[in-house]
Amino acid sequence: MSAIVAGTAAPTPTAGRRPRGGLWRAVLHNRKAMLGAVLLTLFCLLAAFPHLFVPWLERDPRAIGDMPLQHPSSEHWLGTTGLGQDVYAQLVYSTRESLIIAVVAGLGATILSVLIGVSAAYLGGVADNVLSMFTDVFLVLPTFPLIIVLATYAGKGNLTVIIIVLIVTGWSYGARQMRSQALSLRNRDFLESARVRGERRSYIIVVEVLPTMTSLIVANFLGAALYSVLTAAGLQFLGLGDPNSLSWGTMLYWAQNQGALVNGLPAWALSPGLAVALLGVSFALLNYAFDEISNPALRPVRRRRARSH
Amino acid sequence: MALRYLIRRLGFFALTLWAAMTLNFFIPRMMPGSPEQALRERFSKGGSVVSPEQLRTVLAEFGFDPDKNIVLQYSEYLKAMVTGHWGVSIGSSLGVPVTTLIGDALPWTLGLVGIATVMAFALGTLIGTIAGWRRGGLIDGIVPPVFIVTSALPYFWVALLLISLFAIGNNPVLPNDFNYDHGLTPGLNWAFISSVLEHGILPAGTILITAIGGWILTMRNNMVTTLAEDYVRMARAKGIPNRRIMFGYAGRNAFLPNLSGFAMSLGFVISGTILVEYVFNYPGLGYMFYNATVSTDYPLLQALFLLVTLAVLICVLICDFAVFLLDPRARTKG
Repeated sequence: MSAIVAGTAAPTPTAGRRPRGGLWRAVLHNRKAMLGAVLLTLFCLLAAFPHLFVPWLERDPRAIGDMPLQHPSSEHWLGTTGLGQDVYAQLVYSTRESLIIAVVAGLGATILSVLIGVSAAYLGGVADNVLSMFTDVFLVLPTFPLIIVLATYAGKGNLTVIIIVLIVTGWSYGARQMRSQALSLRNRDFLESARVRGERRSYIIVVEVLPTMTSLIVANFLGAALYSVLTAAGLQFLGLGDPNSLSWGTMLYWAQNQGALVNGLPAWALSPGLAVALLGVSFALLNYAFDEISNPALRPVRRRRARSH
Repeated sequence: MALRYLIRRLGFFALTLWAAMTLNFFIPRMMPGSPEQALRERFSKGGSVVSPEQLRTVLAEFGFDPDKNIVLQYSEYLKAMVTGHWGVSIGSSLGVPVTTLIGDALPWTLGLVGIATVMAFALGTLIGTIAGWRRGGLIDGIVPPVFIVTSALPYFWVALLLISLFAIGNNPVLPNDFNYDHGLTPGLNWAFISSVLEHGILPAGTILITAIGGWILTMRNNMVTTLAEDYVRMARAKGIPNRRIMFGYAGRNAFLPNLSGFAMSLGFVISGTILVEYVFNYPGLGYMFYNATVSTDYPLLQALFLLVTLAVLICVLICDFAVFLLDPRARTKG
């Protein structure tokens, strides 16, 4: 343990500025980050190879079975739905769509917030005022009602629509953070020297500024992904998703519609929500850990605790 | 300086409200499939035959007239929205003025969500202050992991969990739907009030459980950052009692970002409200919003969206002024 502590306690100055290796090391030494990473890896495996987790399944998990509303048993681990589908198999096969929504929408929102936030900080003047105002307006507009309105008008059940809407409504918080971070970097010496060297503005932003913001960008992606998971599940739960798709939100929708709780089948009603919650928790844990990594003030206690072991 | 700040904030208020109204106006017009078509489908599904003229009248109420110039439509729409002419419902309660419908549902949501949210904010801030004060202590060891988890739970899932724990089974302890027992007539008597409270516990608990984590975590982190400041060390050196440093020195400053975050988070609370009210069949604005989407009740949807935006904006404004009063730096910055 002491060797590990020494490793984190004495970073070389360059490692601090270019946190490529340092970032990984920081993740490996943060218990919250580790737990989050393990959970996320598990979900990725489920999404990539669902058949490995239900090898006995021979047909589409959506196929109607002949034993509806079964309680959990050795044959059906989480019971069956009102149409006799195996809940556990559906749960496993639903991981893919839910994870895709989270990652794609999270990435899209992050890219948008980097673009808008960093350009607001770097352009300055009127452009900054306009972009900041734009960000603030989007920050305040109640997104979930807006999403519902958009999803209602745009035709219910379209996955692309849901992802686009999540991106459009999810970027503003990150953009604000990006802007203030980029503003605080603006007058640093290493950027000044790049300007004196006569580098182009685009080069400075891509090569000098963005790498220093890595941990904030990663944290932002995690926050946006968390938001997307929860919001998408909520939308699908309300019946605004594609009712034939395989995703946790859709499972919840059917469980609610077929009265899972009233029929005394809590495993069916609650397990998809638990999956959403666990994926959300993995993003939240990673996000919080990155907050600790990017804000050194939050860190010392962890080191002290590590030393006492 | 102060006046300039005030004017800027009011300008922002007006701008955002205008943006919300404009979105309201253009979203239905930009989307594939006209409202006219959607309405006709819905009416024919209901078994009633509607003539094109009748449809036109209904849509005109909603401010939709394909033959009219779009700029003219827009200006008329803005005027109607500002003056409170929000039209009549074209959903399940056909013909009832939207303002009446909203007026009936508003107190329930305000009571339920308002109280639960403010409680979550106050309690969360207090717990966060205490957790941040004793870095590495027992509370600080338990609090962050637990509340990272609760803050990532979906609202509706917590609602379902609470229902399955308390409201379903052999001996349900608490009711799981509606706002009071069906047999009662509303009035200022104990039976009615206790019934309302009983029906409010689970929905309010759901909001409290999911909303409190965020406040605790941000407050704790703000507190940790603030405690490293020189003036805190100075206060310690002067021998000022710990409790006063905790609340009067560190807590007060750590609280400011939380306060401005409160208004911003309301959008998230509202999204939770829609889901929570849906699960509990609680007849507030959130449930009404859901019903309006199911029955494609455009006028009601429009008015609700506008109202929700207005509510968030008013809170932002209140929080802005509170920060302005509490923080001298905000005053000088302008």
